Amino acid sequence: METKYMGKYDIVVIGAGHAGCEAALAAARMGKKVLIFSINLEAVANMFCNPAIGGTGKGHLVREIDALGGYMGQCIDKTFIQSRMLNSSKGPAVQSLRAQADKRKYHEEMKRYLEKMPNLYLKQAEVIDIDFDDSGKVKGVLTKTGSYYECGAAIIATGTFLRGKIFIGDSNFSSGPNGLAPSLELADNLKAKGMKLRRFKTGTPCRALSSSIDYSKMEKQEADEHVVPFSFLNENLDKEQVPCYLTYTNKTTHEILRENFSRSALFGGDIEGVGPRYCPSIESKVERFADKERHQCFVEPEGLTTEEMYLQGMSSSMPEDVQEAFYRSMPGLENIEIVRPAYAIEYDCINPLDIKLNLEHRQFSGLFCAGQFNGSSGYEEAACQGLMAGANASLWLDGKEPFILDRSEAYIGVLIDDLVTKGTNEPYRIMTSRAEYRLVLRQDNADERLSERAMAIGLIPAERYEKFLAIKEAKEKEIERLRQTKYKGVSLAELLKRPENTYASLENIDSDRPQLSQLVKTKVEVEIKYEGYIAKQLLQIEKFKKLEKKALPGDIDYMAIDGLRLEAREKLNDLRPTSVGQASRISGVSPADINVLLVYLEKLRRSI
Amino acid sequence: MDNTTIVAISSALGEAGIGVIRLSGPDSLAIAKKLTAKSDFKDRYMHYCKIEDIDEALVCYMKAPHTYTGEDVVEIQCHGSSASLKNILTRCLELGASMAEPGEFTKRAFLNGRLDLSQAEAVIDLIKAKTEKSLASANTQLAGSLGNKIKEIRNDLKELLINLTVNMDYPDEDIEEITYKNIEENLLNVKTRLEILLNQSNEGRVLREGLGVAIIGKPNVGKSSLMNIFMGEERSIVTSVAGTTRDTIEETAQIRGIPVRITDTAGIHESDDVVEKIGIEKSRDAFNKADLVLLVLDGSKEFSLEDKELLDASVNTDTIVLVNKSDLDKKINFETNLKTIYTSFKNGLGVEELKDAIEEFVTKGSAERRETPALSNIRHIDLVKKALAEIGEALNMTLAKEAMDFIEINVNAAFMYLGEITGDTASGEVIDAIFSRFCLGK
Repeated sequence: METKYMGKYDIVVIGAGHAGCEAALAAARMGKKVLIFSINLEAVANMFCNPAIGGTGKGHLVREIDALGGYMGQCIDKTFIQSRMLNSSKGPAVQSLRAQADKRKYHEEMKRYLEKMPNLYLKQAEVIDIDFDDSGKVKGVLTKTGSYYECGAAIIATGTFLRGKIFIGDSNFSSGPNGLAPSLELADNLKAKGMKLRRFKTGTPCRALSSSIDYSKMEKQEADEHVVPFSFLNENLDKEQVPCYLTYTNKTTHEILRENFSRSALFGGDIEGVGPRYCPSIESKVERFADKERHQCFVEPEGLTTEEMYLQGMSSSMPEDVQEAFYRSMPGLENIEIVRPAYAIEYDCINPLDIKLNLEHRQFSGLFCAGQFNGSSGYEEAACQGLMAGANASLWLDGKEPFILDRSEAYIGVLIDDLVTKGTNEPYRIMTSRAEYRLVLRQDNADERLSERAMAIGLIPAERYEKFLAIKEAKEKEIERLRQTKYKGVSLAELLKRPENTYASLENIDSDRPQLSQLVKTKVEVEIKYEGYIAKQLLQIEKFKKLEKKALPGDIDYMAIDGLRLEAREKLNDLRPTSVGQASRISGVSPADINVLLVYLEKLRRSI
Repeated sequence: MDNTTIVAISSALGEAGIGVIRLSGPDSLAIAKKLTAKSDFKDRYMHYCKIEDIDEALVCYMKAPHTYTGEDVVEIQCHGSSASLKNILTRCLELGASMAEPGEFTKRAFLNGRLDLSQAEAVIDLIKAKTEKSLASANTQLAGSLGNKIKEIRNDLKELLINLTVNMDYPDEDIEEITYKNIEENLLNVKTRLEILLNQSNEGRVLREGLGVAIIGKPNVGKSSLMNIFMGEERSIVTSVAGTTRDTIEETAQIRGIPVRITDTAGIHESDDVVEKIGIEKSRDAFNKADLVLLVLDGSKEFSLEDKELLDASVNTDTIVLVNKSDLDKKINFETNLKTIYTSFKNGLGVEELKDAIEEFVTKGSAERRETPALSNIRHIDLVKKALAEIGEALNMTLAKEAMDFIEINVNAAFMYLGEITGDTASGEVIDAIFSRFCLGK
């Protein structure tokens, strides 16, 4: 086949899922000419699994993506059909937004946004090879139809497409998600060039028609009355919303599953990939938690223009006859019509220890990686990596310092540091408990944490930054006012600190208060109420930053540092941490090794 | 430059006339001031100070940068007994200093440019060697039941953490919600057990309560004289009439920096005198409660039946036998496996030997004999204290019904401190446990 030269781009993005879209958008915002490929344009920003954005920890990620100028937050704000604030009875740090999306609308909205984005070019094609020059730097990509696109950097965000293989019962076949074509040649070619790949697995439940479900037998789960937007740019989004429903498995369901364990692809031994423990199939749940009498199943709409419903909690790789039998054993689902069967899907990905903090592959210069390809799971996890990969590829092209968020700045920092420093043995999901400094990493202050950083590298436009400054000023002014204003000798700030009071409840004794947006009110309330705790955590962060700031040169010969234990030498040599702080988080590196490293660094500094 | 202030005993542990404790870091001077209640320290001058309840000391403050480490340094010279040194070290930790890592003073000296480049390798070797040594000694100290005990407590904390975390991260799951009452019970349980551990630690318990010493013996063998030697003045009525000390007298004194509670008992002998009888009952009581019994015998008299009874009764307690009046002709004749010292309280003979024995008993002896394991490594004690402080805060927050994710932060901190003792510092332990325990998933 003849190779056709199709022009030159700064950055090529392979895959237009949640990671790929944010990657392309970020690079385009930073002024790069970006080309983004999708095997099928119907797959752009598709939600192949659950029809929801957000959740614990994930909601935080979306807020951060939004503060960094990403589109995920605005997109879900435009297309949500139900919104809830999870953990609303708990502390401000673990409250997380979760919204049900209209899947098709979400896809269309994101696709249209890409189409309208200056500097961004969207193409339907399958990339089958990445071309490197003699020095090992990315030079271009080749598509299945022989088109060659020259580029300075490339971003891989292939999701579950890369050597995707679907399992339903005893049948299995090469396929991307939801029956779309898989990407087969790219993995082979990357392997041939020396890239190490491994297999991960995930799964999704069946989709069934709403008209075949009896909701009267289920618990109804309503939306929050007042919607808190994901995007800092939005204020009032209250609208009519749709409910979800809850039903449970029972003894019969479990019996059906048990009788057919041998027919599940999961127990058949055909699947080599490792699946996430936090998202097991229903047959795994029944097997592993044999004493549990029932498992819950949320029935969620896939959109407003479809009858399809998503059965959360019930992913499976049973054959279709078993699927029909066990789904139909549940209250309200006795007559369901399954339109898409549940399946497990296995795909190629890398070990994230093979990439650096800026998400560039250690072996391949100019090749950046994001999303499930890096071993993560989830739309939000993917999107934030995409954004960071897009920004870092742009900076790398310009020869600028990489854009790294540390563990005290963002959940994004926690996620990437976890992946790149500690690695993962299963698809990685963010959790609020993974963040050491979560009292500071709240969703209400993501803009305060990140706007400055985003502005500095061109991820957000000046107008947006101005808007942020105005919000910040309003917050500070109001906090100051509450400190100064007294009621019966006690400042309003002191009163607000009392557990029984809220900002809203103090209105009675504070009639002169200014008109403020809900966002500002929330910020004010949280900051005053939890002042003490936040201050304490800020002190811890200061301490943490000390070691993070101690940079480790990239060319240290760790094997030659005698004082380090052998295990530490090998790990440091492989992972090449960028700071002493990062080194201290590598498993197998002890505090004594860190002390030796500090002395070695000083020795190095003085010898120059 | 590091902003923590470190402390360590800088002189070799063991028998020495003088011991040195060194502080280095920005808070050195502030800690020294609090330690000594003295407010003016002149740079590079020796100051005589009293360290409350512990010792007297010479304290020297050296201002940065011309010091060994290049930071503010304070050196405290006190009596060389290990009890004094450990007590002062513990006080410094309480006042905010951190225990120095192995080789840390030298490391800081190097990092701050006080040692030249040629010494870098030597510094690395030193860190390595000292780390190995301290690990070895920490492991010995933590062997067996003590290590298991801390692991058990830590595991219970882990259970609580798992429940707090899963409630926090999986709000929509079908999981039993943890209540404030659950949390409170769990925290109280852990708190009590940690406190017991701490109270039973040699330094901990002895420092707080003092070492309980009971002086027993027949009437008129010199018990009250011994008491007076410890007290430095006449407290008990000393006569040569048997039965003068009719009640038990408890006094506190310092012996080599160790707080000691001394019970001077009524002479134990069969008596018909009612008042005396009560005193004798109390004596037996004190005898049973004491950490250490000093059995005083009169060396100038024959070994009597009463002496033998006392000696036999002492076999199962920690006892030092003092053969007093050794300046007179020796008439006593007996055999025992107990430690025996020949003394004359009248002219001070054997008194130093006795003090040595008491100190040795506190720093080495008692840990072995206790049924419940005792913490004796100061670093471990410090970590248990830190864990307790976090638990205390978590408990207060629980009682105030603060948000559970706030409480989790303190519980997690306590969990980490205990992990530093047991060497379990790997991350992801709790998350792993969550996934194996709970059925989660969307």
